[in-house]
Amino acid sequence: MDLDTLDIARWQFAITTVYHFLFVPITIGLSAIIAGYETAWVRTRNPRWLRLTKFFGKLFLINFAIGVVTGIVQEFQFGMNWSDYSRFVGDVFGAPLAIEGLLAFFLESTFLGLWIFGWDRLPAKLHAACIWLVHIGTLFSAYFILAANSFMQNPVGFIYNPDTGRAEMNDFAAVMFNKVQLVTFPHTVFAAYMTGAAFVVGVAFWQLRRARDDEDRGMYRSAVRSSAWIVLVAGLAVTVSGDFQGKVMTEVQPMKMAAAEALYDTEQPAPFSLFEVGSLDGKTEKFSIEVPKLLSFLATGTFDGEVVGINDLREQYLEEYGSDPGAEYYSEGDYTPYIPLTYWSFRLMMGLGLLGAAVAGWILWATRAGRTPGGKWLLRAAVALPLMPLFANSFGWIFTEMGRQPWAVFGLMTTARSVSPSVSPGEALTSLVVLTLLYGVLAVVEIKLLLAYAARGAEKIDDDDLPPERPDSDSDRPLAFAY
Amino acid sequence: MELTTVWFILIAVLWVGYFVLEGFDFGVGMLLPVIGREENERRVLINTIGPVWDGNEVWVLVAGGATFAAFPEWYATLFSGFYLPLLLILVALIVRGLAFEYRAKRDEAQWRARWDLAIVIGSAVPALLWGVAFANILRGVPIDADMEYAGGFFNLLNPYALLGGLTTLLLFLTHGAVFISLKTDGRVREHARELALKIGVAAAAVTVVFLGWTQIDTGTVGSAVAFAVAAVALVGGLLAVLAGREGWAFIGTFVAIGLGVAGLFLALFPDVMPTTLADGTGLTTANAAATDYTLKIMTVVAVIFTPVVLAYQAWTYWVFRRRISVDHIPAPLPTPTRR
Ligand code: HDD
Ligand code: HEM
Ligand code: HEM
Repeated sequence: MDLDTLDIARWQFAITTVYHFLFVPITIGLSAIIAGYETAWVRTRNPRWLRLTKFFGKLFLINFAIGVVTGIVQEFQFGMNWSDYSRFVGDVFGAPLAIEGLLAFFLESTFLGLWIFGWDRLPAKLHAACIWLVHIGTLFSAYFILAANSFMQNPVGFIYNPDTGRAEMNDFAAVMFNKVQLVTFPHTVFAAYMTGAAFVVGVAFWQLRRARDDEDRGMYRSAVRSSAWIVLVAGLAVTVSGDFQGKVMTEVQPMKMAAAEALYDTEQPAPFSLFEVGSLDGKTEKFSIEVPKLLSFLATGTFDGEVVGINDLREQYLEEYGSDPGAEYYSEGDYTPYIPLTYWSFRLMMGLGLLGAAVAGWILWATRAGRTPGGKWLLRAAVALPLMPLFANSFGWIFTEMGRQPWAVFGLMTTARSVSPSVSPGEALTSLVVLTLLYGVLAVVEIKLLLAYAARGAEKIDDDDLPPERPDSDSDRPLAFAY
Repeated sequence: MELTTVWFILIAVLWVGYFVLEGFDFGVGMLLPVIGREENERRVLINTIGPVWDGNEVWVLVAGGATFAAFPEWYATLFSGFYLPLLLILVALIVRGLAFEYRAKRDEAQWRARWDLAIVIGSAVPALLWGVAFANILRGVPIDADMEYAGGFFNLLNPYALLGGLTTLLLFLTHGAVFISLKTDGRVREHARELALKIGVAAAAVTVVFLGWTQIDTGTVGSAVAFAVAAVALVGGLLAVLAGREGWAFIGTFVAIGLGVAGLFLALFPDVMPTTLADGTGLTTANAAATDYTLKIMTVVAVIFTPVVLAYQAWTYWVFRRRISVDHIPAPLPTPTRR
């Protein structure tokens, strides 16, 4: 086993996947909102909705493109860097991945092509249906890929075959309706709606403050307020589903819950630590703020439930799994994830998300009854708003995945044993450096483009430029959204 | 028929779909600066594949996913073994996909020139490397007893494999040129037709040598038939170009590429990745496959959804069946500037 390749492969997986997931939640959330705008346009023929559709549509496409190309890396990365993992779980894990391609990616890409190029070729209703299908495609995609990930968190629906040394699927329904999946999917999708809506609020509020005439002001105001409501409601849904997740997680991976809290000793009832300064190895605590009994509630649903601490769990895992050499690779060894990271990423996820919801509430209050507030701080908060749920998402994943370590598939296979034996450190490093540099450059290009297009605002549309309700597909008009 | 055979066929179908569809995308991309002399002509070319290139690319994603599910060992050995070529392909697909979306987003010559370069290189690299990869699979590579790839990067660069790469490169160029002549009008169409013929002759020569070599080394009766029909279709396609029958020409290159790839899979079966090492373990449909249970589930899903996908993809081609000319290209969007 070559530890170098392992470290490099882990860095690459973390970098490429977190990067991919910066664009994914915006794609999922924004496609739904744009579909809503276009439906409003088809129903009311009020040009305001068409302008919003096209304005956010352009921003959506800039974002979607990176989501697609970074996804390609994800699809191949399992085989390239994690071949032993792929051999071990392919029987179970490959199926949702393949189904995702067949059901989701074809749907998304084909109907997005129709949507981009079909403005003057398709009847208005059919055109709106295309973007709805794109959104449904993103939901399918999320469902199947999260089902695959949930298997890694809580392996079900399989038997271990000692002859082949592989996990073999024996219950597909159990894999698709894993109890972890049933709480993870709503949590992730609501988080994506929150992110997409926060994106709209940020851009539209900025434009609202710059708007020159009443028509524009009215348009941006409706965008700001409707999406701020989505941020709030989705934020609530994320919190509720997160609470359910906490309980499932305590059941299937108690170590992750203890790691989230840096809870070394079993406590009953357990307090929730809001903030802690001190050494997280549990030996000294210099300063901390705690909410009594809250952790007990989050983990068990009752205010005086027992939450098992890291030290007890470590003993228990050592007994249960022996000393797997894969587990020893981790510095803490002994089946314990890296605590400072799990502790802080859990807090940052919740904190940034709740902050985002609070900002959305503030904006709703400030824009009530036709007001256009002028404060500098409100503008700053609104423009920063999209970043809050966005980074909350990243921290959520970092927590979920790092909290599972040293396991790749919980209780079955450690990450250290998952890596490709035939890939040399040099090869792995080449790929890490190339992809990281490329992704860095692309981030700069994409952010510049997004800002430039967001700053431009929604274009005015003349009456005779409105797309016809029933165009014929032999139309000779120039393509509205051509490349 | 055994389910492993069914899945071997389905994966072959996915690769055939990928090469006949994305093949012309790659061709159009490579020909961008050659046929598109002026900016508006280049935009015409990009817009011929604009609505469909992403859908075409999904064929390879599904081929990858299906290999993972149906033949996990194949997926693991192949992708970890062909590491650096795959990395190159990934980088190429990344810059190419972004280029389509981003190049018209700023009205600046230098911005567009850079993305044009990304399109050309991003199309040429996979067009070449997919051929190299497939030739290596057919020829066999060093795989040890644990099913791990035991060769290096340069093992993959042998004459037979390079010939395979040249074959796909030239075939995709021809396919792309024919597609352009079918989908455009005016000067672009004329130019594409001329090029299709010139490149097509070279492509036909190289293809015959490569397929002949393959047939002699690993061929079966089935592959011989497929290769023969492919060659006839290619020549027929070129004759159709000569006669100005662009629709027939496209059918010709389409069938040639499709049957050529199908023939490669026929020559491979029942191996999926043979080894060149005496004490190595070659991968076959039997020892690389997932369990029967997984294959059954996957078969049900594929039988239900593949026709649906084919139907709506075909419908897309129908919606965008019209030829595009410079008259359809809107004025460039001004580079957004801050007000
Ligand atoms: C919760 C949702 C989610 C998660 C966890 C992931 N993705 Fe993703 N992915 C999407 C949601 C998504 C999406 C919303 O469907 C995207 C984003 C942008 C897009 O075009 O579709 C996408 C695009 C996308 C594409 C390009 C599809 C195309 O060409 O149209 C591929 C190949 C993958 N993803 C593969 C993966 C893999 C292998 C992942 C696991 C490591 C992964 N994604 C995590
Ligand atoms: C649903 C699909 C996903 C699958 C199948 C998956 C799979 C994996 C695997 C195999 C590992 C172990 C390798 C390693 O330790 O690096 C891992 C770790 C990790 N994943 Fe995921 N993951 C998924 C989604 C995500 C997402 C969406 C993110 C973040 C945006 C993410 C972030 C991480 C991180 C941060 C690690 C830890 C990296 C490390 O250990 O250094 N994962 N994941
Ligand atoms: C206070 C509210 C929240 C609670 C109680 C909560 C709870 C949780 C828990 C327990 C997990 C880990 C699940 C597991 O590993 O099994 C998780 C993961 C995650 N969280 Fe949260 N969360 C909250 C807010 C948010 C917000 C605001 C966002 C983003 C906008 C977010 C995004 C995520 C993501 C993307 C993951 C990883 C995927 C998953 O496992 O679902 N969460 N959350």
